[in-house]
Amino acid sequence: MSRYSRVGRPKPQGGGLELAIWYMMRLTGLALFVLALSHFLIVHLVVDPSEQNAGWIQQVRWSNMFWRAFDWSLLMMVLFHAFMGVRTVVVDYTRGGARSALLMALYLTGIVLFVIGTMVVMTMPVVPKA
Amino acid sequence: MINGYRIGEGMLAWLFHRISGVAIWLFVVLHVFDIYLAGSNPGLYNDLLSFYASPFGRVLETTLGAGLLYHALNGARIIVMDFWPVMTRYSRIMWYICWVVFVAAGIPVAWVILKPIWGA
Repeated sequence: MSRYSRVGRPKPQGGGLELAIWYMMRLTGLALFVLALSHFLIVHLVVDPSEQNAGWIQQVRWSNMFWRAFDWSLLMMVLFHAFMGVRTVVVDYTRGGARSALLMALYLTGIVLFVIGTMVVMTMPVVPKA
Repeated sequence: MINGYRIGEGMLAWLFHRISGVAIWLFVVLHVFDIYLAGSNPGLYNDLLSFYASPFGRVLETTLGAGLLYHALNGARIIVMDFWPVMTRYSRIMWYICWVVFVAAGIPVAWVILKPIWGA
């Protein structure tokens, strides 16, 4: 455990996919610092949840391309960051068949979220304000 | 002190990062499914949103925000040390700075989210 205590996951030696993932975790982390925190502030602080419903998303929140692109970028960043992060946790605490099964379930869940999240943000119709 | 071992800041920083990370991951899974519902079953989505607006929902949202803020601040601290190893010398002081920012930014946000509970 001590190898984690001061910094994050140690930088993988020898390059390849593991090193690319290590850099991507930091890059997506930086993006999420802006995207995730501002998303949270918008939907929990600027607009109170009591003023929101499915109609609000169609008529206001996702009524222009900017916010759809913003939320889709957030989705891409968070899917990579969260699923690769949990992958590190799974690899830390499991091994053998259990590890393979959990990783497979994890990747499948990630792909499903990628598909349904992309579908809803790209296809939800804009309903003009009544 | 637990069993004679000193629980250091670095260990706690790591532990909180991991717990908040897994918790945020759980919320993201729920949240992508609920937004999908907003498109396919708006009635059910609206029921979920009224839960978010309830007192218990607001406490959970505040907890989520706290986890998110800690993970973001400590993540920034990790990035600083990964790319400027000399900063590892200040890992502890940077962790305390994270907590100062956490409290300074978190308390006002928590106040706004929670205040409808007591009708302020």
